[in-house]
Amino acid sequence: MALLEVDDLSVTFARRGQRTVHAVDGVSFSVDAGEVVGLVGESGCGKSVTSMAIMGLLPRQHGTRIGGKAVFDGTDLLGLDDRARRDIRGRDVAMIFQDPLSSLNPVIPIGLQVTEVLARHRGMRGDAARKEAAGLLDRVGIPDPDRRLKEYPHQLSGGMRQRALIAMAVACRPRLLIADEPTTALDVTIQAQILELLKELVHDSGTALVMITHDLGVVAGMCDSINVLYAGRVVETARRRPLFREPRHPYTAGLLGSVPRLDSGRGEPLNPIPGSVRDVLSWSEGCAFAPRCSRRVDACLDETPPLVRTHDGRSYRCVDPVPLPGAVPAQAGPADQSGAPSPEPNEEKTRD
Amino acid sequence: MTMTGKKERLDRLAELVNRDDERGVSLWQEAFRRLRRNPAAIIGAVILTIFVLVALVGPFFVPYEPKDTIGIREGVVKSGQGIIPGASAEHWFGYDHQGRDVFSRMIVGARQTLLVGVVATLIGLAVGALIGGVAGAAAGLGGRWGRAVDNALMRVIDMMLALPSLLLAVSIAALLGASLSTVMIAVGMVSVPVFARLLRVSMIAQANSDYVLAATSLGVRKPKIALTHIVPNSLAPVIVQATLTLATAIIEAAALSFLGLGNPDTAQPEWGVMLADAQPYLGIRPALAIFPAVAIIITALGFTLLGEAMREALDPKLRK
Amino acid sequence: MFRFIVRRLLQLIPTLFGLSLLLFIWVRRLPGGPEDAILGERGTPEMRAAIRRSMGLDEPILVQYGRFVQRLLRLDLGTSSSTKRPVVEEFLERFPGTVELTITALVIAIGIGIPLGYLAARRRGRLLDHLSVGGSLVGICVPIFFLAYVLKAIFSENLGWFPSSGRQDPTIDATRITNFFVLDGLMTREWDAVADALWHLVLPGIALASIPLAIIVRITRASVLEVLNEDFVRTAEAKGLTERTVRGRHVLRNSLLPVVTSIGLLTGGLLSGAVLTETVFAFTGIGAFIYEAIGQRDYPVLLGFIMIISVVYVLVNLLVDLSYSLIDPRVRVR
Ligand SMILES: Nc1ncnc2c1ncn2[C@@H]1O[C@H](COP(=O)(O)OP(=O)(O)OP(=O)(O)O)[C@@H](O)[C@H]1O
Ligand code: SF4
Ligand SMILES: [Mg+2]
Repeated sequence: MALLEVDDLSVTFARRGQRTVHAVDGVSFSVDAGEVVGLVGESGCGKSVTSMAIMGLLPRQHGTRIGGKAVFDGTDLLGLDDRARRDIRGRDVAMIFQDPLSSLNPVIPIGLQVTEVLARHRGMRGDAARKEAAGLLDRVGIPDPDRRLKEYPHQLSGGMRQRALIAMAVACRPRLLIADEPTTALDVTIQAQILELLKELVHDSGTALVMITHDLGVVAGMCDSINVLYAGRVVETARRRPLFREPRHPYTAGLLGSVPRLDSGRGEPLNPIPGSVRDVLSWSEGCAFAPRCSRRVDACLDETPPLVRTHDGRSYRCVDPVPLPGAVPAQAGPADQSGAPSPEPNEEKTRD
Repeated sequence: MTMTGKKERLDRLAELVNRDDERGVSLWQEAFRRLRRNPAAIIGAVILTIFVLVALVGPFFVPYEPKDTIGIREGVVKSGQGIIPGASAEHWFGYDHQGRDVFSRMIVGARQTLLVGVVATLIGLAVGALIGGVAGAAAGLGGRWGRAVDNALMRVIDMMLALPSLLLAVSIAALLGASLSTVMIAVGMVSVPVFARLLRVSMIAQANSDYVLAATSLGVRKPKIALTHIVPNSLAPVIVQATLTLATAIIEAAALSFLGLGNPDTAQPEWGVMLADAQPYLGIRPALAIFPAVAIIITALGFTLLGEAMREALDPKLRK
Repeated sequence: MFRFIVRRLLQLIPTLFGLSLLLFIWVRRLPGGPEDAILGERGTPEMRAAIRRSMGLDEPILVQYGRFVQRLLRLDLGTSSSTKRPVVEEFLERFPGTVELTITALVIAIGIGIPLGYLAARRRGRLLDHLSVGGSLVGICVPIFFLAYVLKAIFSENLGWFPSSGRQDPTIDATRITNFFVLDGLMTREWDAVADALWHLVLPGIALASIPLAIIVRITRASVLEVLNEDFVRTAEAKGLTERTVRGRHVLRNSLLPVVTSIGLLTGGLLSGAVLTETVFAFTGIGAFIYEAIGQRDYPVLLGFIMIISVVYVLVNLLVDLSYSLIDPRVRVR
């Protein structure tokens, strides 16, 4: 049994006078204990909403509907009441956010922002809490922790702020840590340091990590397995190596193609995916990626493409996946465009 | 599912996407759309429409001359003895302490009140725009002199803000003597600092905005930039502020009248003056105060509701 | 901190000089003068000239100003031309009343406004929210003097719950030390005098509080709504803190910043309102006195008043800056 099992999670925002937004439209993925799992996708594909739904942090406003399950260690987080959820948050499941400056309270010293978690979940107060907090800052690589505890967020550098946030998140040794684009707001050298720190922390403590990012470089550097999201659904799941070596979903392939690579020739153009995330169909009308897909065939618009699971534990949601290298490249031919290709023999089709 | 069905769907999609792109064009249209959905704006607009209609058309249809002391002529009103008859079929709102028809005075008063409010606001806007504009331009030009001018003007504005507005108005009224134009000028001057600050701030913000920088670097001449970019973009907050100022102007004018500095011309009753005049007779006929007071409150509320709704509609933070 | 306060107070001096010169000239340009107020229509030109001479009004304006400054340095603001008493004495007698009144109004406005604005934000879109937003809009639109009259008519003349005028019941023989009646009573332990003085403050205090209250409710509400959407509140929630800690420690304190600023801006409005409220409640304060002074062309009183207002304004802003720096570490004063 996985540590976290997200099953058919959906989040819709309905507002008066506006079109209903299906921000998350049936996302399923799982995280094993101690594993690093990536959630990748373009801006607006629902990564943050997914993580906030799991954490129970979505604004409790009229018209927000959450469906599906997020089972953590046997309990469905979505079914918990407010009290129980607050007990789990910060203790068993913790989260760090994108913008470290705005994520810290500007008018409270760093120290209190760390010790308040310790007080809440570990009952630590006074000197004991302060010592522990200093130890935490030290552990996340903040020099001179005793002085920093008394300082305010604006007195810290960007990298240090993110370190402080990480310290708060790992204060209670959570079993699951969700990091929502933790390095996007930082400059490149700091990014690498923060990622290194996260890797180290989860490795040492056996914490599972859900790494949310749109940066494939980040994913390549640290994730064990990866879920690619498009328009609120997982379109491809695979372990890291196979995904990078042979992406099956055209969207994944497109993402990889739009990243500049050191080994690509100088004259070779980048291949950005045409269009933007706004060019989506609703999944109920067929493949949401169809408007931008270069491999589109008629069958793509017939129905929601079913999830295809292959024998090696991969899955993708596509009727005409990118062929594996070495496989007969028959499907790429223009003559074949009219008919739906049959899935490869050792792949099983699941309907969901 | 047929071929055409799918094609249509893709086309419809492309259309949707393109339409989205064009929608960002008109800030004003968007704001107006949001206004229409806001009940507060609707209520405010309805109040103001009725008020303006009454103010413009009403005085032509009043049953009695507003300064005609019929009640005393006919001997039915004896304020000295506490006899001021209330509403009747002929006099819908009754008589006032001088035997004049309150209904007629209220109608004519609407016009006076609107006049005072609008003119006072325009005075405040004009003077404020001048000071704020010069300060903003000076700040925009920069340099030692530019900054010095800006600083000096802002000091003056700060002092005006520090002074209790009513005392400012009272001293202006004392300087000029009680008259209609005195009220307008005094109330107008009170709003000068607000407009001056607003214009200065928005001019500086606009001057530093990306599109002005872009236009400048493309070699568009400065006056042209000011006309095509800065002015239209500074206009929205000014209109909002003017609407809100109309409300306070009406209330300030009433306060001046209460202090005996209102328009002394009885042929041009103004709600504030009527309210002030009614104070000694509160015990006998409270309605004399309630009519103008309620009218002032509702009208001020109308301007405030509409102004706040406009502010919300134009607020980029709230726009989605 | 201390150096900051001293520096701000020193900055006051040039401001006061500039302001007094400006106003000196401005006030002297008011048509008519104290001689008109004293003599009315009757006086002959000779009598007028005599009065002007006796008051030193016949000399060049800069000479007059020089003398004014000289006296000012000795804390002598001259003699009121209408009451014939030293201006300083008049102010010492009347200013405390206005200060008590405005403090009462501020206490009411802040004490009710911040909790109400906060609750309205938390119950956004519910009845309490609509009521307080609507109420504050109406509150801004009701002329203060009318509200004062209504309060007086209902609660004092009809129901008899509160006194209708003055600062203290004449039958109470209270000792006067500072002329802050409440403070005096506390110092001399004359509890009945304290209670009575407070009783007299209620109605005028409420009338004067109406507009500040409305403004504070609106600003608090807007500010809380904005802070609730801040990332750091989400962080606090993600830590699993109790709702109480999140609201109290993270939301409320950050929401107070704009409120503090707005309170600093209320001073001018409060003094305007004080003129009206004091007039309605025959409350011995500076407001009504100044209003009369304007009518009487009482130059010494007006000049002295402007001086005091500027001092008050600077002090209030100093207080605002200090409390701001207490709330927000990013604005540490130095
Ligand atoms: N409270 C909300 N109300 C309405 N729509 C929302 C709300 N929150 C998010 N959305 C919409 O849900 C969609 C998914 O948003 P989400 O923030 O999860 O994207 P993301 O993948 O995290 O993107 P990014 O990389 O930019 O962070 C977006 O289209 C967004 O506009
Ligand atoms: S299902 Fe069709 S449109 Fe969608 S990704 Fe696969 S090939 Fe492209
Ligand atoms: Mg996001």
